[in-house]
Amino acid sequence: MRSRLLLFIPLILFVALAVFLWHGIGRDPAARTSALLSTPFPSFTLEDLDDPAVLHDQSLLDGQVSLVNVWGEWCPTCKQEMPQLLDLAERGVRIIGVDYKDTRDNAHAFLEQFGDPFTFNVFDPDGSLGFDLGVYGAPESFIVDANGVIRYHHTGYITPADVDRVIMPTIESLGP
Amino acid sequence: MSIEWLPELGFFALLLALAASVLQAVVPLLGAWRRNPLWMSFAQPMAAAQFCFVGLAYLALTLSFYNDLFSVAYVAQNSNSLLPWYYKLSAVWGGHEGSVLLWSLLLSAWGLAVAVFSGRLPRDLLARVLAVMGMIAVGFLAFVIKTSNPFARLLPLPPGDGADLNPLLQDPGLIVHPPMLYMGYVGFSVAFSFAIAALLGGRLDAAWTRWVRPWSNIAWAFLSVGIALGSWWAYYELGWGGWWFWDPVENASLMPWLAGTALIHSLAVTEKRGTFKSWTVLLAILTFSLSLLGTFLVRSGVLTSVHAFANDPSRGTFILVLLGITVGASLLLFALRAPRVTTRGAFSWISRDAMLLANNLLLLVMMLTVLLGTLYPLVLDALGLGQISVGPPYFNLVFVPLSAVLSVFMGLGPISQWKSMKGAELRRRARLGALAALVIGIAAPLLYRGEWSLGVSLGLAMALWIALPLGRDLLIQLRRDGPRGLKRLSRSHYGMVLGHLGLAVSITGVTLVSHYGVELNARMAPGTSVEVSGYRFTMVSLDERRGSNFIADRATIRVERDGRLVRLMHPEKRVFLASRQAMTETALAAGPLRDLYVALGEPLDGGAWAVRIQVKPFVRWLWAGALSMAIGGLLAASDKRYRLRRRNRIDVVGTAPLEEVGR
Repeated sequence: MRSRLLLFIPLILFVALAVFLWHGIGRDPAARTSALLSTPFPSFTLEDLDDPAVLHDQSLLDGQVSLVNVWGEWCPTCKQEMPQLLDLAERGVRIIGVDYKDTRDNAHAFLEQFGDPFTFNVFDPDGSLGFDLGVYGAPESFIVDANGVIRYHHTGYITPADVDRVIMPTIESLGP
Repeated sequence: MSIEWLPELGFFALLLALAASVLQAVVPLLGAWRRNPLWMSFAQPMAAAQFCFVGLAYLALTLSFYNDLFSVAYVAQNSNSLLPWYYKLSAVWGGHEGSVLLWSLLLSAWGLAVAVFSGRLPRDLLARVLAVMGMIAVGFLAFVIKTSNPFARLLPLPPGDGADLNPLLQDPGLIVHPPMLYMGYVGFSVAFSFAIAALLGGRLDAAWTRWVRPWSNIAWAFLSVGIALGSWWAYYELGWGGWWFWDPVENASLMPWLAGTALIHSLAVTEKRGTFKSWTVLLAILTFSLSLLGTFLVRSGVLTSVHAFANDPSRGTFILVLLGITVGASLLLFALRAPRVTTRGAFSWISRDAMLLANNLLLLVMMLTVLLGTLYPLVLDALGLGQISVGPPYFNLVFVPLSAVLSVFMGLGPISQWKSMKGAELRRRARLGALAALVIGIAAPLLYRGEWSLGVSLGLAMALWIALPLGRDLLIQLRRDGPRGLKRLSRSHYGMVLGHLGLAVSITGVTLVSHYGVELNARMAPGTSVEVSGYRFTMVSLDERRGSNFIADRATIRVERDGRLVRLMHPEKRVFLASRQAMTETALAAGPLRDLYVALGEPLDGGAWAVRIQVKPFVRWLWAGALSMAIGGLLAASDKRYRLRRRNRIDVVGTAPLEEVGR
């Protein structure tokens, strides 16, 4: 009978998988709650994308509401997100980029081709900041208030509809 | 004649198709159980009826698109009166509802094909196979009708014009990519149905295997073409020059392909040696389950992706329930009725059986790697363990070594013997190929670029190691009988040769384009020229062009090599009128040894543009290899032993678990 029991293994594995899928359903992946909400932005010290001599840390985010956008040249969805980011930048939103698991050359090519909405870009080639942020892909965005506290986490790309529906209202609610 | 009622007619046809598929699922199955030939013979006409009605519904939706019936919500969202007619027709599958309808149409087409071409199958087996296909159809048609009705109206105030088809999808590659991919996904439902029918009937023998093999090969060929087309589309349409992004949707198509590859090899062993039976049945279930899982991942919005269509929880729930019932029930059936592992037909560790087993396991490990990478975020999130990032770095890290090991066994498989052989003999057969692969692999980068590269040598050695042993059987036949000897090898043998050769060609392409691709971003205005990899790119002029539904900035770029004109290239930046979306239209100069790739970036001041220029050596080999694999699959499916097998119809109704007799 032992060998008959072995044949149940695929079924058991599948049931386990189904439970996880069930859990994932109905949760808008773009609005995944982050454990980091209402916590200060993780500390980091990373080079600037344009100038390796310039170092940024979390104080970059103090004093002003910012949108932190995690992106990379290797990410096709980031390309689709660029028009929305450019639109937000035009409306005066301060956007800090985190260039995630990327190379400087590729990132510059990307910005040259698709435009550059970023006030600064932090260069994160090893994904260390991305890891602290709990990012599992790109693009992801965070809205950080003037005290450097994360107020909103957006997974996946910001659609044109999201700009007016979520992003702008959240930023405006946090004040200038 | 008024066309206004077409959508209602289409919906009515869907309801009739559902009714037909319910009958197809229930009556023949009861007939097989009660041994009632009349009930069993219900299967074929119902399969035909189901196909007709789904076909009618599909036709109604197509005509609604063609005639711009914007009162139909789905048409209004995915079409526009300015859209060229051929995109109006392909816009039918440009969104969620139509894609699922296409899925159902193809499913019923496969069902009809089985009904028509399997007249010589034992009657009860055919009844069960078609009944299982009927059940799948019930699930999908109910899904369309319940959650994704493409015929829903926007009344009483229909929009004056449609929102237009997503510009990314307005492309010839995208006309054929989804149907091919779905043909593959859905095609594996045949192997699945055969597996379930065998478990139900308690009979799994060499004849069964001979029936399943051609269907699986054809489905696999379609899936290969579908994936290659998707990659090709991403290459020129996403404007990146990348050809694989490890996007969840791409992974969703790769998983059934890997499992399907394992399946067609396992079937070979089952047919030849009568072993691996449980394994084959499990793979048949697994492959189709993964096709369903892929559909679930894409349709449910559980994962974010470039392709994600709808984000409607009711749809996700429905598909998950469907997936749960289908996969859960079939795995339960498998656990209860699958043949137990027997020691009969044992083989030694140096034999073709063992090589194929190793390859099967490796393919499964690769599939699980992709599954894990795709679902890891979801699982960790569900367990509350926080999140980690999974992206191309993870997949490349895991996939390259696994492929290297896989290719070692792929080289040995075709030159080894069934059951057992001496290690010394295998070494003797492999020696020459191994030596040649190593020498050429190591020397090629030196000769090609004058600089050694481990990655290139490894990739080329892998490709040669796979390709060279394939010539052995051909040489033996040639030497014995001259060209006539080549006829002695079967079509399925040549299919195998083409399949393996295809992978070798693809590996060569991947290796060379990854290591030797060059890209450059330049600021270019009329008169500017730059040099990349020996090619001189000069911008000749900039002008504006009007298409039927877009306006484009168009550059003319002259490409010269050694002072001779190679090509005039015309990259464009299009702005679509209905959606105001901008799209990069890449200019490509394709060639067997290299592609030249020019894309317009952003306009810069002073009338200049940022231009992205790439030279991609051997990139075509990637898709040429996939094409060769697909042709190999079709060739193997057309082998005469599947066509000429004119056996008398036998009705066998067994009830005991397989192979249990006499234990």
